[in-house]
Amino acid sequence: MSPNIALVLVAATLIGTGVYLLLARSIVRALVGFLLMGNGINILFMVSSGPAGEVPILGHGDGDRMADPIPQALVLTAIVITLAMVAFVLSLAHRAWQLGRDDLLEDDEESVRIHRRAEENDLSDESRDDADVIAAEFAEEDE
Amino acid sequence: MLALVVAHAVAALLAPVLVRFLGTRAFVPLAVVPAVTAGYAAWQFPRVDTDAPPLEQFGWVESLNLTLTFRMDTLAWLMTLIVSGVGALVLLYCAHYFDDRERSKGLGLFAGSLTAFAGAMLGLVTTDDMLLLYVFWELTTILSYLLIGYVMTSRASVAAAKQALLVTTFGGLAMLVGLIMIGQTQGTYRISEILADPGSGTYLTWGVVLLLVGAVTKSALIPFHFWLPGAMAAPTPVSAYLHAAAMVKAGVYLVARFAPAYADLPAWRYTVVVLGAGTLLLGGYRSLRQYDLKLLLAYGTISQLGFITLLVGYGTHGATLAGLGMLLAHSLFKSCLFLTVGTVEHATGTRDIRRLSGVGARMPWLTAAAAVASLSMAGLPPVLGFVGKEAALHALLHPAGGWWSFDGVMLLAVASGSVITFGYTARFMWGAFARKDPVLAGDAGQVTTVAHHPEYLLVTVPVVLALAGLALGPLSPVLEDLLARHTSVFPAGEDPAHLALWSGLTPALGLSVVIWVLGGLLFLGSAPVAAVQRRLQLPYDAGRSYQHLVRGVDRLALEVTGGFQRGSLPTLLAIILLVLVALPTVVLVRGVTWPSGVRWFDTPAQVGVALVIVVAAIATTRARRRLRAVFLASVTGYGTALLFLLHGAPDLALTQVLVETVTLVVFVLVLRRLSGRFPDDPSVLTRRLRGLLGLATGLVVAAVALTAAAVRTHEPSAKGLIETAKEYGGGNNIVNVILVDVRAWDTMGELSVVLAAATGVTSLIFLKQDAVIRARRALRHTWRNRTTVEEEGTTRWIAAAPQLDPSRRSTIFEVVTRIVFHTIMLWSVYLLFSGHNAPGGGFAAGLVAGLALALRYLAGRGYELRVALPVMPGLLLGGGLFIAGASAILPMFLGSPPLRTWVVDVPLPLIGDVHLVTSLLFDIGVYLVVIGLMLDILRSLGSALDDQITEEEAG
Repeated sequence: MSPNIALVLVAATLIGTGVYLLLARSIVRALVGFLLMGNGINILFMVSSGPAGEVPILGHGDGDRMADPIPQALVLTAIVITLAMVAFVLSLAHRAWQLGRDDLLEDDEESVRIHRRAEENDLSDESRDDADVIAAEFAEEDE
Repeated sequence: MLALVVAHAVAALLAPVLVRFLGTRAFVPLAVVPAVTAGYAAWQFPRVDTDAPPLEQFGWVESLNLTLTFRMDTLAWLMTLIVSGVGALVLLYCAHYFDDRERSKGLGLFAGSLTAFAGAMLGLVTTDDMLLLYVFWELTTILSYLLIGYVMTSRASVAAAKQALLVTTFGGLAMLVGLIMIGQTQGTYRISEILADPGSGTYLTWGVVLLLVGAVTKSALIPFHFWLPGAMAAPTPVSAYLHAAAMVKAGVYLVARFAPAYADLPAWRYTVVVLGAGTLLLGGYRSLRQYDLKLLLAYGTISQLGFITLLVGYGTHGATLAGLGMLLAHSLFKSCLFLTVGTVEHATGTRDIRRLSGVGARMPWLTAAAAVASLSMAGLPPVLGFVGKEAALHALLHPAGGWWSFDGVMLLAVASGSVITFGYTARFMWGAFARKDPVLAGDAGQVTTVAHHPEYLLVTVPVVLALAGLALGPLSPVLEDLLARHTSVFPAGEDPAHLALWSGLTPALGLSVVIWVLGGLLFLGSAPVAAVQRRLQLPYDAGRSYQHLVRGVDRLALEVTGGFQRGSLPTLLAIILLVLVALPTVVLVRGVTWPSGVRWFDTPAQVGVALVIVVAAIATTRARRRLRAVFLASVTGYGTALLFLLHGAPDLALTQVLVETVTLVVFVLVLRRLSGRFPDDPSVLTRRLRGLLGLATGLVVAAVALTAAAVRTHEPSAKGLIETAKEYGGGNNIVNVILVDVRAWDTMGELSVVLAAATGVTSLIFLKQDAVIRARRALRHTWRNRTTVEEEGTTRWIAAAPQLDPSRRSTIFEVVTRIVFHTIMLWSVYLLFSGHNAPGGGFAAGLVAGLALALRYLAGRGYELRVALPVMPGLLLGGGLFIAGASAILPMFLGSPPLRTWVVDVPLPLIGDVHLVTSLLFDIGVYLVVIGLMLDILRSLGSALDDQITEEEAG
């Protein structure tokens, strides 16, 4: 199957620019990047579904050169999900704005703590002492 | 047999309710289920003892070869009697062991788990399907976790439960791999068929070894024995059942089950027999120095499990007979002794050997029961334990390879183990019941009296168990006959071993006498022995190694998590994207097929649209103002819609245009609250790094798209759909038929996602319950006043007119809204109904209706929205999902697969035949969910934010 270069270029551009924006610290900017990526990925479905054709509705043509309907069904649900996702992420951005008067992503404190513990080799976790805990419960050995 | 397993499950589910109403008495009806099971098994014996034992078979997951197959042969029969008989007695014991006050502390869950455990054990020992065996095996693991961790507040209990869970699950997974290796090699998962044709080969041998790993972990053989003493944190009835009669016997059962097939494999012999002998000695050795009665029994159990595994895995007639005898004897005497300890602790408050003194005289019945059980454990006549041990010695006294062979060493190990067993048994009786020197107790003080006399079941149950062992001593020849069908798999040979109290003055009897004398000496010389043990530190401790391993895994997890997860989301995303770039790049560099020919474009218009999209996308990255970025992004969105249209996808184009429009509205609604410019202003270096990653991702995606197209060989899978869409789906629009019929389950999933997102939006905006209640009240108020306002008869373009601030009104907008709203709604309904045959469908129709609602909202704010659609969005979302779900399930009531579509022509007067397709119902569900999402967005991000802004301006 020979791919459509124009569509490939559009998809690659949308995904590349989407990645650039997705890495931003502003939630809204990252969301815009996500939208660009989403459009790019949907176009990739068109690339992989073969050449353009007649609309996949019976009775609208001879039916031989019909565009592949399955990728279309996949993309259709993706489009609607994207809308739900936009609404949700914007609510998140709004909540961030309510709390801190901007929509910047702060560093996650829990992850920072884990990273620090890894650097300090701090293993003061509960599972560490299981054997001691059990032994203490039973006074296992005769002292 | 399946019915009995199901009965256990039902009883387990009812247990919490029973406990709530009956308190601890609930254990009595629960005990009936295993009791009936044991009775049924006993009654079935004539059918069991034939060449074709009772067999039940039901299909389950045919594609996995997983069937519900149960088969009660002699071994399964014996195991059923043990797990159900002891199970019933232990449940009875629980009725007096626990206190009604524990009802609120999860006693219901405990009772349910214990009953379910009995059912899982029953299934485990009776199933003839290896995969089902694994299912029951893991069920016992999980239930034992709940039972050991019953005292959730005690850290020791939780830690012990976790340790047991980790070790036995590890073994279980190894066993699963082994079972699959055996099953795939032999082409069957039926145990009886494997036994008939065991097969051979290196691959199969590895499967058998993995199978044994499961048995070894479950039965607490070295090097996995350490979890069993820890599990003594469980309530004593659990120890009596799981750690004496049932769960630990699962491993023994597995060895006994597969021994006829694989006992002659060297790998089997050295794993089972050597580990068994080692465990026998190590467990006994450690048991000798315990001061906690329960721990003493726990190490004794480890030792006995080693002994029994050695016997049943030995693969000779005599050893197997002795092993089965010991299996039964051990279940009876060890659960009796555990329950005795439970009663002693219940009555005195301690189980420390040093503190208990002279308690025996105060509980004569209990002491007598423990004494009989101890005879069995030490191997003294006239009880079953003696008979079993005697048979074992007899069987081993004929070493095939002479005295200086493997068999000879095993005899020595068994004899030494028996000496130690005698020693710790004496220590147990002395420790629990004898009068002792007060010095031993130290500062803690002796306990010589019984604080409260035990209730009758706490004594009766151990007595019954002890009596069973006592009765089976003289009756052992009968037992031998009953087991003959299993033991006769192995040739009896000359001078076969028998189960009997008296076999004459045999060498085995002489050896027994020597063992008793040495054992007695071991107990009497306990002080010097203890001194030696103290000085002699074992060089290796399996429990410690396990802890090192667990700590190592923790360490690894910490390093990996800490290495990647630095707290910054952009960094984390960059790592993910780097992997996305790196892995395909490796493949691309190593060489792939590139397309032999390409098409530059399908139509010239495509090139024009593509150019606009590329320019807009690049401009979006440079935008510093939020609205500019959003508008540029939507240019790419509308452009994408045009590309869809040019490609031959009108449904996509329509939906994309609608979604793009709604997205713009949503963005504007939220962005009015945020700053005009983006708050982040990354450094040049950051921007360059991001740009580089974006460029790399784009290039890799393009390369993958090209090569994926090049290697495609198959015809599109939609070919068949074109013929069947009309016939089965009843529609011309194939995309719509796919959505509501062919892939309708996926669409159900999408609807659930939409529902979850809408719920998330609501909770993020409304935050508190009272805000929702206020919204609901406003809705009710609007609903009530709607008619009265209209009756006033004043001419208004929209309903909210009197409520609005005149300076913010736009009459033209109100007029337009008034004129087009109903038209748009009509169009939406048209799209819904025509979608099956033309572009449209539930998604597009719902979005159109949502846009109409958005128009009403923009014209008259929240009040207008409430008038336009006076329901909570939740009703539409939930109702839509319900309708979609109902249309999926309805065909099942008519005996068809779910989501089956029917085409019906309904004749209507004047109109003619109306062509109805049942999947329209599903599409109506989709329609309602989408409208619900739109209403939710407008209400939350629209009118709720309006209210917040008004409040802030006022206050």
